[in-house]
Amino acid sequence: MLSTYTYPKYAYRRPPEIGAAPLRRVPLVVVGAGPVGLAAAIDGAQRGVPVLLLDEDDTVSVGSRGLCYAKRALEVLDRLGVGDRVVAKGVTWNVGRTFHHEREVFRFDLLPESGHRRPGMVNLQQYWLEQFLVERAAVLPGVELRWKNRVVGVRPGQGEAGATEIDVETPDGRYTLQADWLVVADGARSPIRRMLGLDIEGKVFQDRFLIADVVMKGELFPVDRTERWFWFDPPFHGGPGVPASQGTQAGTSVLLHREADDVWRIDFQLGWNPDPRDAEAEKQPERVIPRIRALFDQQGYGHVDFELEWVSVYTFQCRRMKAFRHGRVLFTGDAAHQVSPFGARGANSGLQDSDNLMWKLALVMQGAAPERLLDSYAREREQAADENILNSTRATDFITPKSRVSRNFRRAVLTLAAEHPFARGLVNSGRLSVPTSYVDSPLSTPDRTRAGDEFAGWTAPGAPAEDAPWPADDGGGWLLERLHRLGEGGSGFVLMLFRDLPTEAEREVIDELAGATVPVRTLLVDPGGLAARRYDASPGTAYLMRPDQHVAARWRRLESGAARAALARATGQS
Amino acid sequence: MSELNTQPNLGLPGVRYRHAYAPGDEFYEMLIEAHRGLGDEASELMNARLVLLLANHVGDLGVLRQAIAAARAGISMEPQDG
Repeated sequence: MLSTYTYPKYAYRRPPEIGAAPLRRVPLVVVGAGPVGLAAAIDGAQRGVPVLLLDEDDTVSVGSRGLCYAKRALEVLDRLGVGDRVVAKGVTWNVGRTFHHEREVFRFDLLPESGHRRPGMVNLQQYWLEQFLVERAAVLPGVELRWKNRVVGVRPGQGEAGATEIDVETPDGRYTLQADWLVVADGARSPIRRMLGLDIEGKVFQDRFLIADVVMKGELFPVDRTERWFWFDPPFHGGPGVPASQGTQAGTSVLLHREADDVWRIDFQLGWNPDPRDAEAEKQPERVIPRIRALFDQQGYGHVDFELEWVSVYTFQCRRMKAFRHGRVLFTGDAAHQVSPFGARGANSGLQDSDNLMWKLALVMQGAAPERLLDSYAREREQAADENILNSTRATDFITPKSRVSRNFRRAVLTLAAEHPFARGLVNSGRLSVPTSYVDSPLSTPDRTRAGDEFAGWTAPGAPAEDAPWPADDGGGWLLERLHRLGEGGSGFVLMLFRDLPTEAEREVIDELAGATVPVRTLLVDPGGLAARRYDASPGTAYLMRPDQHVAARWRRLESGAARAALARATGQS
Repeated sequence: MSELNTQPNLGLPGVRYRHAYAPGDEFYEMLIEAHRGLGDEASELMNARLVLLLANHVGDLGVLRQAIAAARAGISMEPQDG
């Protein structure tokens, strides 16, 4: 029972397919109405693809679970129509501070420059995010969301024209239906992955963390200066089985985050104990409350009252499926890959999976791109998963060192960090989620600039788009928002041309692209503003942007053949 | 006399890093991985060899003297546990 949130109960309706024949065939089924499945359904419907979304439960995420939504995820959520709600309800932060004992040894700022619509990170309990996504999906006629529909069987290719047969269990009995395409978003334990006998491989970490959500009256810091705090060997946490008051024990970490509604999330490292009864014992209020009290006392908040809202003990692993695409079945989110939570790379990467997938799937389903375009989903997001696993694994190895030599090097870094700048950068309490650049993606067209004319900055082909303010005398707002509005209702491809007024030659290319099979709309961008600086653009510079707001190609001069070739590449035609 | 460089200095020549922590993390992982499968004594020996190899590469005795002083500073005489 949470004091700050009431779980909605969504209505179950008897599906018309029960007892009906012949088997109904639908274009797209998404399984799992967590953040990633909901994102896929909303995105698909926005692109004109009707989606049947199935969830085995009838409410949102139990427990606060995923918490930190990074800038890139917020930008995706903006395009799904829930960005404002998430940012308004959640807690914005950019600065993270890391302490060793009582001394600060490292600090990072996720958004060191201004001129972006969204902050580096917003904390929001997963149940709020899901509720907002469900409410958004409910107003889209293209999404049919069925609660208490549990998938119990999947037979790829057994249906008409290669469709997948899906067996669904409901309170009124079972039905089977066929789906041309199946997007799997059924979470870390993925029943569908298991049903299809597919492996997921990687590393399990032998450690445990206790998470406590605490409602607090009173503040550790003012809400507009919220920070993430991480302690290595804090003076107030004694490790497993040691009463909190007994001070430091080597190898213990604590993480503190603020959430919505005056709820605070505190993670305590417990160390490894394979006995599940020990985890149960650790979750008892008599064990948890003294730990929290010790933290608040030491921080000078001993006088503040708090209430325990939710407690859980978690273990973690870093692993992924070998292939995210299996014909007409596509795996997304935790079903495809899992990471340890340090760095917030779970839901953030899942939302980007959906963002990468749905525009491609829509084009394929509409006959505008070949099926092999979906291979690029697998390739790009497998690369992203590897990057997330790499960074999460490195952080986890630093936070939970497993050998004497590893603990020694960590202590060396932490003690050197007090005095020496280079060591601070080695302190790893989590490298927070950032979007992947699809380096070497088959969809990207490599730069072909003349020697001495290379592009500076970070907006190379494959890279995510950089936001920038839109000139106030042209209506204000933000570049990414303009890109999205222009792409909406079309293919989603947009050409950014840095010109006040296109030349006649440019006009011809613009018109040609507008009439292409995958039509491209053009956005004229001020060649003298902050956007131009971020994209290293001079007058005439052109960027072809993908519907997921990654760069497909860019040129110093727009030219018809190159533009058409880049578009063909970006849509899997060549 | 040369000063010991304690500003971030790890990286590959000519490579730009999108995130400043990347080369340091890569080095640290390489270092920890190199000890995989070694017992405590073997690890100690490997670290001693690494100190000597790197010291020779640095070369400048003045810089090495500063490095030794920085490494020694703050280390107490008490036995440390892991």
